[in-house]
Amino acid sequence: MNAVAKLVVLASSTQAHPRAPHINYAAISPFEALLGGAVIVLLVGLLRSPFVRGQVVPALTLLVLGTGLGVTIWQWNDRTSVISGALRVDDLTLMLTILFTAAGFAAVLLSWRARAPHESAHGEYHALLLSSIAGMAVLVGAQDLITLFIGIELLSIPLYVLCATEMHRASSLESGLKYLIIGSVGSAALLYGLALLYGATGSTSFNAIAASISAGHSSDVLLLTGIALVLVGLCFKASVAPFHQWTPDVYEGAPTPITAFMAVATKAAAFGVLLRMFDVALIAENLNWAPVLATLATITIIVGNVGALGQSSLKRMLAYSSVAQAGYIMGGVVVSSRLGAAATIFYLAVYLLMNVAAFAVVIARERETSYGDDIDAVTGLGSERPVLAWPLTIAMLSLAGIPATAGFIGKIYLIQALVDGNYTWLAVIIVVGSMISLGYYLRVIAAMWMRAAPAPLPALAGGRPLIAGGSVEAQTAGRHFEVTVVAGAFAIATVFFGIVPQPLFELAQHAAGSLTGLL
Amino acid sequence: MLTILILLPAVSALIGSIAGGRRTAGTIALLGSLGALGMTIALIVGYSGHGGALTHVINVVWIRSLGIHYSVGVDGLNLFLVTMTTFVFSLSLLAANLRTDKRPELFFLLFGVAQSAVLGAFLAQDLALFVGFFDLMLIPFYLLTGIYGGPGRVAATTKLVIYTLVGSLLMLAGAVALAVLTAQQTGHALSFSYSALAAGHLGSGTQEWIFLLFAAAFLVKMPAFPLHGWMPDGYREMPIEVLSVFSGVLSKVGAYGFLAIVLPILPQASVHFQTLLLLIGLASILYGSAMAFTQTNARLIIGYSSVAQLGFITMGIFALSAQGAQGAVLQMVNHGIVVAPLFAIVALLSARARGSEDIRDMGGIAMRAPILATVFLIVAFAALAMPGSGNFIGEVLILLGLFKTKMVFSIIAFTGVLMASVYMLRVFIRTMHNRAGPEVTSRELRWRDAFVLVPFVGAILLFSIYPQIELSRAQTSVTSSISAAAASAASTPVADR
Repeated sequence: MNAVAKLVVLASSTQAHPRAPHINYAAISPFEALLGGAVIVLLVGLLRSPFVRGQVVPALTLLVLGTGLGVTIWQWNDRTSVISGALRVDDLTLMLTILFTAAGFAAVLLSWRARAPHESAHGEYHALLLSSIAGMAVLVGAQDLITLFIGIELLSIPLYVLCATEMHRASSLESGLKYLIIGSVGSAALLYGLALLYGATGSTSFNAIAASISAGHSSDVLLLTGIALVLVGLCFKASVAPFHQWTPDVYEGAPTPITAFMAVATKAAAFGVLLRMFDVALIAENLNWAPVLATLATITIIVGNVGALGQSSLKRMLAYSSVAQAGYIMGGVVVSSRLGAAATIFYLAVYLLMNVAAFAVVIARERETSYGDDIDAVTGLGSERPVLAWPLTIAMLSLAGIPATAGFIGKIYLIQALVDGNYTWLAVIIVVGSMISLGYYLRVIAAMWMRAAPAPLPALAGGRPLIAGGSVEAQTAGRHFEVTVVAGAFAIATVFFGIVPQPLFELAQHAAGSLTGLL
Repeated sequence: MLTILILLPAVSALIGSIAGGRRTAGTIALLGSLGALGMTIALIVGYSGHGGALTHVINVVWIRSLGIHYSVGVDGLNLFLVTMTTFVFSLSLLAANLRTDKRPELFFLLFGVAQSAVLGAFLAQDLALFVGFFDLMLIPFYLLTGIYGGPGRVAATTKLVIYTLVGSLLMLAGAVALAVLTAQQTGHALSFSYSALAAGHLGSGTQEWIFLLFAAAFLVKMPAFPLHGWMPDGYREMPIEVLSVFSGVLSKVGAYGFLAIVLPILPQASVHFQTLLLLIGLASILYGSAMAFTQTNARLIIGYSSVAQLGFITMGIFALSAQGAQGAVLQMVNHGIVVAPLFAIVALLSARARGSEDIRDMGGIAMRAPILATVFLIVAFAALAMPGSGNFIGEVLILLGLFKTKMVFSIIAFTGVLMASVYMLRVFIRTMHNRAGPEVTSRELRWRDAFVLVPFVGAILLFSIYPQIELSRAQTSVTSSISAAAASAASTPVADR
């Protein structure tokens, strides 16, 4: 943490004589826990014993995440700017950090018996995961252009590596490389945009930028170009169309636990920083960027939903669905109201629940059948393994926005925010998008419940032997019960928050309340 | 009490399916449904008009941030629809229980959830709650049709669910917009309750586009003429017990939505689109009747006859007169208790014709099955609105109400009554009389089929002899629910309409 803090200080020190600023160590304890934990996990991973590597390291990672979660909750209700205003530890940061750690929990459990950590060494794998989560927390807490950039790089670089951790599978390496190249383009655009913003406003602090814009730089070309480039850079991360092209390929190639983590946590981080950037620093420019964001949202919803229709790979389908969902979530940023911010955060939480449940089932089926992530892998699941079929059914229904699931409430909330912010047409686009989405979500449900399971393929891709004969369930179900548990727990949470959403509402509103510039 | 009523079917089905065993699951689900039926009968007995006010109201905040309340209540409008729901569901569950090849546990679980969702939709007094139940009820039917249906089930059920959910999602957008705009206009906190929404007065332009969103959802559900594309495939593939409740009960939710939600909350738009909706109703009558006359698949004949019947109900509602609406409500109940046994009879007939549902393969079944023939005749007469049946009274009220406000429509709609007798009698003659088909084995009604059919016949006879039991209780509520629209219609100059 110290290294990062120093970097932040060095980079953001616009004062004449740089002096180490006061650091509120209590407030930044979540970052300390995550980064410190990453180092410990990395070192423990150096031990030789396979037991330590295979069991202790993940367990330790869970412990670190638990500590991170604990101190995050300890800091709840704290609204302080730390390290000379480089970071803001408020309820938005903390709420999203809770989401990141939840996604991290799921990712660790899902990769407990996966091939990826085995091939790439457990210590490195889990340390990278932790540092990526720390990067996300820094990113959403950033209150300064430099911190923002450090956060986004701390988030991305581990992910580039993590995508390529299944070293014996070419598509995993390809996915990592693709993500690295495209991610770098995004980072470059972002960095250029940040530089222009600094040039236009003369400051790197969000509050100073906001003050400078409202003092009358509002239609400066430099500023507008800067905003556009920042938007492009962040849209790459949030996989908003037309900057989404990497998403299906990377999602398909990456190890599935990492895909699940990327899909939910990176998205939450990207939207967190979008909220902070556009609804705090650039709020005065609202009239200029809101229509652009609304247009992007529209394109994203259409591209994502139409793209998902023809996919037979579940991971690609979920990738396009995540693009579409990004479009819905964008709606909450567009309206730049506190209601919109709350709706965004609420939807991000809901999105985490339902997507992790879906990916967990995909992972379970990847290990149980020889169909990989093809839709055939879940065909006939309803009669074969109802314990996996129900979570996937609930996840699909929730993604489609069917009542009694959290997805329905989230969608109502977004629509309400949009109508309230005079963007009724965008609400209608969301509804139209949901209609298209039925086409592919229901296909999965139909495959599970209404078709008989296909005959198993002769050999498993990758050379692992197929469990021949006997009951598939008896032989494999017990070997990754933690995946089933994750699927079940997240599906139950999806239904729970669909029926009793008030606690989640309160959290989301609380978090949105820390964006003080909004009405 | 209403919460128990709503949850009872789903919970008992859940318990049954966890308890395991096909027989146990079916029995427990049936018991739950019968319990719900008993509760609704108790509601009828205890209901005495109450000046049209809601009774047994439960109103608790559900989601404070969205202003959504869990708010349910009974009034004259939904009292008999709820009873009809529990009645038809109970008997269909009984039929499923008495089958020789028992349905698996999942079937009963989905059936129970479906019943709870339908009951919730009828009882809801909060628009968001209604929309939730309205969408939710589709999922069990999607799975029921897709898992247990005929050979073309997956395509059919996908078509069904996409058609109906598209409507539902439009309605969702409309509902949220309605609540938000009303709250903005009145300055009150966001609320979805029917009464709060009816108290706001949105501009007529806003009302009109929201009206269209709601109308899309309800007309698809019914189904009405241009939006019925999912109906033939869906009806052909559904398992028969599912079809009975789908056609008997679910189609009424759409009609009920018009009466309970659209007319009170969007009165000006209702007047604005009155002619359009009447035309849709009329088209449904003519198209449904014509199709029923030409089809040879017995299920589809009845399916298309439902389209025609729902056309009558739509016209009754949009007559915007007390009599028309009264007739519509009565007819909703009548149609539910008539169409469900009709489908059950179709299943019996097809069992006697080697599984064919084509009326050309049937014939002469009455020969050795006089009781079955009698039962069929009673139900068919009710369906074609023979004078003396409850349906006759319903249709007369609808046409009477319509005659006062829109005479031309009323006269054309009369032909629908005529055509109904033609196509219903055609089915009856082709199946029961005529030369016996080559594959037909005439068998008498068996006890287990009689158990299902006799209560339906009893209910039909009850409503034939004493429709007043429904009309007197519904009167005040129905009148008050159309009063806003009727007043709006009266105040609009004729030239504007």
